[in-house]
Amino acid sequence: MNTILETTNVTKIYESGNLVVKAVDEVSISVKAGEFVGLVGPSGSGKTTMLAMLAALLQASDGSLMIDGYNLSEMNDIQRTSFRREKIGFTFQSNNLVPYLTALENVELMLRLNKKFNRKSRQHAKDLLLRLGLEGRLDSLPSQLSGGQQQRVAIARSLIHDPSVVLADEPTASLDTERANQVVGIFADLIHEQQRAGIMVTHDLRMCKYVDKVIQMVDGKVTNIITERATIDQLAGSSKFAEAPTQKVKPVQQPQRLLAHAMPNLVGAAVGD
Amino acid sequence: MAAYLSFKEIWRNKGRYLLFSLVIALITVLVLFTAGLGEGLASANKEYLEKINADLLVFQEDTGFSTLESRLEYNTLKQVRRWEGVADVGAIGFSNVTILFKNGAEPVEVSLIGVEPGKPGAPPAFEGEALRSKQSKTTVIDGRIAEQANVQVGDTIIVKTTQGAEDEFYELKVNGITDGRQYFFQPSVFVPLEIWDEIRPKADTNTNAAPLLPNILAIQLQNPDAKVEMGHYLESRVDGIETADIKTTYEAAPGYAEQQSTLNTMKGFTFLIGVLVIGGFFQIQTLQKVAQIGMLKAIGTSNHSVANAAIFQIIFVTIFGVAIGGAATLGMAFGLPSGVPIVFTGTAVLIAVIALLLIGPIGGLVSIRMALKVEPLRALGM
Repeated sequence: MNTILETTNVTKIYESGNLVVKAVDEVSISVKAGEFVGLVGPSGSGKTTMLAMLAALLQASDGSLMIDGYNLSEMNDIQRTSFRREKIGFTFQSNNLVPYLTALENVELMLRLNKKFNRKSRQHAKDLLLRLGLEGRLDSLPSQLSGGQQQRVAIARSLIHDPSVVLADEPTASLDTERANQVVGIFADLIHEQQRAGIMVTHDLRMCKYVDKVIQMVDGKVTNIITERATIDQLAGSSKFAEAPTQKVKPVQQPQRLLAHAMPNLVGAAVGD
Repeated sequence: MAAYLSFKEIWRNKGRYLLFSLVIALITVLVLFTAGLGEGLASANKEYLEKINADLLVFQEDTGFSTLESRLEYNTLKQVRRWEGVADVGAIGFSNVTILFKNGAEPVEVSLIGVEPGKPGAPPAFEGEALRSKQSKTTVIDGRIAEQANVQVGDTIIVKTTQGAEDEFYELKVNGITDGRQYFFQPSVFVPLEIWDEIRPKADTNTNAAPLLPNILAIQLQNPDAKVEMGHYLESRVDGIETADIKTTYEAAPGYAEQQSTLNTMKGFTFLIGVLVIGGFFQIQTLQKVAQIGMLKAIGTSNHSVANAAIFQIIFVTIFGVAIGGAATLGMAFGLPSGVPIVFTGTAVLIAVIALLLIGPIGGLVSIRMALKVEPLRALGM
């Protein structure tokens, strides 16, 4: 598999007066075509900032970001906008869809933006929505769709224009467990089928069962990269909320599991025992 | 792309945008009626002078070009007529009287204007005949009077005037009907100058004693382009006169400048209100759409497309609103009584419509700027 996405020592620094914050600190990761990666970590770990840089929405302070042979660090605003339009597919946590466009029109929007809208591509959009289980909902407005249905439309929109990289920021944040599994499952299937490089930022470790690799971030740094299936599955089954487990995760005892739900800051200590 | 997004949003939110178009329509009606009122009032004051068949008017010196204050000896006319460059001269006298009708129509206050038949100042007749005889009690009346009181050529009207301490009544035969020739906010009745002198209101009833004193002289020049030069020339050769072109004369009319200034101020404020209302609406709209705009930018919509979508919407809504307002104004104008001083001239309406079409984009500038400044990350809460 080709490496589609590669970052080398990417850093993002925010300065405000005397305050200097390193939101991302020398992160080096890679994602191959057809690989679905979960980017996890507690709040403030820098994963959303990292995603924003990968999406060409934010300029890195240092380091290089290569996507499909293009160096994002060397692009100006107009070039980044153009790159996002052509090479990136993005699903957001909320406000994914244009409220006055139907499900089908929202997907076609990416085709129109890329000047690829024609009868054939329109049919492709319809087929993709049907594949995502949205038959009978193509002409519905977002307000007429459930949260899960809206996310599936967003997924279709993020894939319709054949992007190199597909990114998802907390796609299951407002979904119940059943719908969350549905959405991420379909997302993973399509990434594998279409050989995209996919990255999903999530707090919900249970969704990691769909990914091929887990990258853990804490305080702006990558602390762990998990590629073993068993370890990933163990992580996915261990706790709902993203913490900082190591490569080899001990099963958490029942009383400690309950404690983890109530007081997540103690879980690390419990796992380390 | 921008037009697509723009029209889709309008289509899916028809009610909201229609409501806003109606607000613009109301502003349009207000502006057009104010403009029409300005034209109408101005016209009511100056219509006769605007249409007069003369290039220059002669006034008594130091009367501020007031047609009522100016008094000229008839001899002045003879002096003016003999100078080179003067093609023809006509004396004009102005008074206010009341017209009564034999058919029982409501009395009408009119400007009684004495003119020399066939000379500058005498109106044409579009029905019947123009004034011919200097001494016959005949009249050419303003078309508005004919319409209002259902008077036709050949009918008789009665002039009610106050002479000394008594009301006097004079019958005049309607020889002809001219077009609108209002003066001093009243329709006009034209009579030969000598008849005017006989029947006009006066304190002294001994008409034989008083000389004929017209108010002004109307001059046709051999070279109409030489108004300024001829004016100076005549002032230097004839004692006690001042000359003015037509525009200067009606702009000097009492209240004209103040009236126009008031109406122009009203128009200006209405435009300002329009800009603020439209600007406010689109600003609120943009604030409500920050997340949506952020999402569009995040998926690769250029600033150019975002701005164009906003501009298309503003222009479309404005055009639609102005069209509704213009049609409503036209409809209402047909229903107005003829006595209401509202006149819609092509130029005034065109200027008003162009200005109205501009208030949309001007008012929307702030919202367009807001849309351009939306940062995708912040808008999406990332």
